[in-house]
Amino acid sequence: MSGSLQTVLARLRGGDGARRSGLLLIAALMLLALAGVGSVPTWITLTLAGLAMGMMVFIMASGLTLVFGLMDVLNFGHGAFISLGAFVGVSVMAALGPWMESASLAVNLAAVLAGAIIGMVVTGLFGYVFERLVVMPVYGNHLKQILITMGGLIVVEQLIYVVWGPDAIPIPRPETLKGALTFGDVVLEKYRLLAVAVGLTIFAVMTGVLTRTKIGLLVRAGVENSEMVESLGYPITRLFIAVFIAGSALAGLGGVMWGLYEEVITAHMGMSVMVMVFIVVIIGGLGSVEGCFLGALLVGLMNNYVAYLAPKMALGSSILLMVAILMWRPEGLLPVAKGR
Amino acid sequence: MSDGNSPMQRPPLLSLSGVHTHIGQYHILQGVDLDIPEGQLTMLLGRNGAGKTTTMRTIMGLWQASRGEIRFGGEPLNGVATPDIARRGISYVPENMGIFGALTVQENMHLAARSGPMDTARLDWLFEVFPALKKFWKSPAGSLSGGQKQMLAIARAVIEPSRLLLIDEPTKGLAPAIVSALTSAILQLKSFGATILMVEQNFAMARAVGDTVAVMDDGRIVHRGLMADLAADKALQERLLGLSMDMHQ
Ligand SMILES: Nc1ncnc2c1ncn2[C@@H]1O[C@H](COP(=O)(O)OP(=O)(O)OP(=O)(O)O)[C@@H](O)[C@H]1O
Ligand SMILES: [Mg+2]
Repeated sequence: MSGSLQTVLARLRGGDGARRSGLLLIAALMLLALAGVGSVPTWITLTLAGLAMGMMVFIMASGLTLVFGLMDVLNFGHGAFISLGAFVGVSVMAALGPWMESASLAVNLAAVLAGAIIGMVVTGLFGYVFERLVVMPVYGNHLKQILITMGGLIVVEQLIYVVWGPDAIPIPRPETLKGALTFGDVVLEKYRLLAVAVGLTIFAVMTGVLTRTKIGLLVRAGVENSEMVESLGYPITRLFIAVFIAGSALAGLGGVMWGLYEEVITAHMGMSVMVMVFIVVIIGGLGSVEGCFLGALLVGLMNNYVAYLAPKMALGSSILLMVAILMWRPEGLLPVAKGR
Repeated sequence: MSDGNSPMQRPPLLSLSGVHTHIGQYHILQGVDLDIPEGQLTMLLGRNGAGKTTTMRTIMGLWQASRGEIRFGGEPLNGVATPDIARRGISYVPENMGIFGALTVQENMHLAARSGPMDTARLDWLFEVFPALKKFWKSPAGSLSGGQKQMLAIARAVIEPSRLLLIDEPTKGLAPAIVSALTSAILQLKSFGATILMVEQNFAMARAVGDTVAVMDDGRIVHRGLMADLAADKALQERLLGLSMDMHQ
């Protein structure tokens, strides 16, 4: 058999085929929803809402999936970075009150960007400390990881209460990001457009780093076979720490964005989004950033369509979706072939 | 026990003395004594489950020796982390090849060339002995056939200059044509002066490339000598290697 045919067949069996079925699944869900909703403008609004939610969940979940993929670490404390990012980001934006209330989009975006960047820096640093103090001692032991990272999550929630008080903090969106653009009957919320743009940018940057830089290649290689990465002379723990910091910073960014989306933040918010984050990581296939992206889109869309059609079923529908996907593909949409 | 490296009185490049390795509660290596002379190919033979792979993994630091000493180029290797062992100059082709399937052939090689751009002379030589690598340079390594993956695994281990090459059962499950391609590549590596420790169940290949031989059983070295002597002595082969070797001949 010719080599190139073999290559094509192997590709179909591997990533490309799975990727295609993931995209088909999303398309099918969208079409099904169109039939269910009946009105095209409403469907467009819901689809944008779903994509925006999906992107935010992707941002929060992408680091977690790599953390698991690289060193088999279950980090239930990831939600703490989401909440912490939100509180830090919101505090920065509150301090920049006049920028938030300005009528200029550029000034508004500058305030959000400042909040996001400082939120990311703080959660990234905090992620480093968390990794060294909480996660490192329990490498290789899942039960201890679950217990101690949950403990870490509770401690961080309590620290947030100490610093910011026990009450939920309302956070109005900046002036020019309030409201919606309307085209005839189609209503597009401005903030959701921003969320989609940020999510796509993060996905593109991550894909670029993971496919075009040496450290990105090492991360992907490490997810597949960490022993081999070490045998080639690269310490896996250093890579892991780098990924942990990046993942924590992204969780912080996700927290800032989620806070602005909900227009209120609580210490507990990270914990409550984590349900969706875990569903997305599992649907996507542990360790796969691309799978995580597809999974996040599916869950975001599903949530919003169902919330419109049968409001009480929204979260339940995500869980059903996860169960259905796992019955079809027990390792998730784009599983990483483990070399060991 | 005959002394396989009597011609050279230089100290061995790698030596294991009284090495024990536990995996969990199991006591796998039970006092391994093994010398790898510089510039030679040492064959490590033995029945399935004898501890050959465990020996290689212990050298690489993937398992920790619980007792005994491992010295490489005169320096102790016990307790050194795997990446540092690699950086001291030991490269490893594991039994499962350890190919990164999601990465292309080129990316696999790029990561292996740790200290910078790939050496073009080495790469040209590799393309010559393993033309498939050139052909599939930009293809995902996961799509290669088993033999091509083995070629990539070996290429990856030699693209960065190293002082010792560990190769675990390179011909496992491969067709004769590929076995002979691998054999000739290994013979060429030897002619360049490489020091190699190799596990091999295919006795024909083992006798074609081996200089010295060590036979393991039950976590110990039970025989050391020249490969040629073992190859000439059917009764010794029978006693040391039993039926498992015949099946692979
Ligand atoms: N991860 C592990 N956990 C428990 N026991 C192990 C593990 N790896 C190897 N062993 C045991 O250690 C012994 C030696 O195994 P090893 O893989 O070193 O043998 P080998 O000589 O390489 O065999 P083969 O020719 O089949 O590759 C075997 O009894 C095996 O069952
Ligand atoms: Mg073995």
